[in-house]
Amino acid sequence: MTVVDVLSGRDTARQTPAETANTKRRRRGAIGLLSPSLILVLGVFVAPLAIMLWRAFTDPEVGFGNFTWYLTDAVQHDVLIRTFTTALIVTVVCLVVGYPFAYAMVAFGPKVRAVLTLLILVPFWTSLMVRTFAWVILLQDNGPVHSVFKFVGLEQVRLIRTNLGVVIGMSQILLPFMVLPLYAVMVSIDRRLVMASASLGARPLTSFRRIWVPLSMPGVGAGCLMVFISSLGFYVTPALLGSPNNSLISQQIYVQVNSLLQWGKGGAMGVVLLILTFAVLAVLMLALRRAAREEQHE
Amino acid sequence: MTPRTNTFWRTLLLLFCGIVALWLVAPSLVVIPLSFTDRPSFNFPPAGWSTQWYTNFFTDPSWMYALQASLRVGALVTVVATACGTAAAVAFSRTRFFGDQGIRALLLSPMVAPVIVVAIGLYAMFLRLNLLGTTLGFVVAHSVLALPFVIIPVSASLQGFDRRLEDAAAICGAGRWTVFRTVTLPIVAPGVMSGALFAFATSFDEVVLSLFIQSPYLQTLPVRMYSSVTRDTDPTIAAAATLILALTTGLTIIASIYAIRRNRVS
Repeated sequence: MTVVDVLSGRDTARQTPAETANTKRRRRGAIGLLSPSLILVLGVFVAPLAIMLWRAFTDPEVGFGNFTWYLTDAVQHDVLIRTFTTALIVTVVCLVVGYPFAYAMVAFGPKVRAVLTLLILVPFWTSLMVRTFAWVILLQDNGPVHSVFKFVGLEQVRLIRTNLGVVIGMSQILLPFMVLPLYAVMVSIDRRLVMASASLGARPLTSFRRIWVPLSMPGVGAGCLMVFISSLGFYVTPALLGSPNNSLISQQIYVQVNSLLQWGKGGAMGVVLLILTFAVLAVLMLALRRAAREEQHE
Repeated sequence: MTPRTNTFWRTLLLLFCGIVALWLVAPSLVVIPLSFTDRPSFNFPPAGWSTQWYTNFFTDPSWMYALQASLRVGALVTVVATACGTAAAVAFSRTRFFGDQGIRALLLSPMVAPVIVVAIGLYAMFLRLNLLGTTLGFVVAHSVLALPFVIIPVSASLQGFDRRLEDAAAICGAGRWTVFRTVTLPIVAPGVMSGALFAFATSFDEVVLSLFIQSPYLQTLPVRMYSSVTRDTDPTIAAAATLILALTTGLTIIASIYAIRRNRVS
């Protein structure tokens, strides 16, 4: 079961015709069972988003003022581009590092698999704040990583308060979100297909490229989706490892609301970030669904 | 039974995994030596050693209140999110009704929406309702974020659930509540357990929403750590980080061993 299945509801049980007799009674029961969650989500998730939307269009005055400001401001334009580039780089780094790792999790024996799984799960469960703080220590000026760089003659490379530092920290923190979906898909790939291609004369690299890689694509899609979407809205790590000069959109929203009390501008930026996130989500999910459907037709 | 790679490629892959493993695990470990430093700086490696930052952590009221607040909020969120999420998952598995996919997507959407966007709306709302820096405010805010992480594992464990078992129990004369308690609950228990664990972890880890809804009177541990990093160089944060790291690593290792054993038995 991948993230995409869960979000598109493909993992729910389907009903057989014989079960429809009880449906009415059950339907009433379902409304009762759903209401606590619905109240919670409507009250604490939908309502705040609605307030933000309202503020974006009315604060300080009614109209599209905040959006015209956002779309014409050169600084905000750069921030948006930087946010997307950072998210893209982090996703690529996670994929390049995570794919071989996930492959190794299924390619070797149970002992190696247990060790590698543990090595993914420990950072996955470790507090985000602890991991970010550790990176602050490592990347600080004259810190351990900087000393190593100095030793090999790269003393001019600065890490903390730079985009490089943000990318290093974010990709390490988000790597488990790439590896876990990849592993979930790879573990269910039928290995006999690879063996069959080998017995038909394909060299290992050919069967890897033409059998294994295409079959692992749902995992690649789900992993990239998780990492890219998380990167777009990431706040803590870029705020502590980056600087105001190379801030991402989430830091800008924080500054607008918390420091400048510009609720309207912050709200407009929030609307933009929300729309972009769900647009990326929709495009990637449609692509994955289409790929899955084509696979079924073949 | 792997695609036939020769020893060279296997060694290279293992070597690569070793480096990645180091990159994943080693960085967090720097907080351990730093927590034993003898002077109030983040210089690494430390020049001398002391345990004063641990003493400080356990005696400074602001750190102790933060720890208590995190545990209290986490426990309440576990109860609220697990109860709501389990009920919702049961509802989705039982019936299909008009708009059920839409409601499901709505309940899962806090998982993908950028937290900062929810945070500013919630800040405005709590400001009006006087909920900033209250336990109630923290609990409902964290519960919304935790809800998807309960619904997903509980739905997964309900997926393979044969509903005729419930009918059989009912035919044998069991009441609705008895059926739920003796048949349904034991089957979904593993899913509910992992959902509860995720709910607690989500709350215990949450920084962004908490930064907005905190007040000087109520801060959770991650918020206290965040303000410590941004305001001063106080190695007490390293002591706090070391304690959290030791706890989560220990729990993860125990849970993994338990999972491996259980798989072997079944």
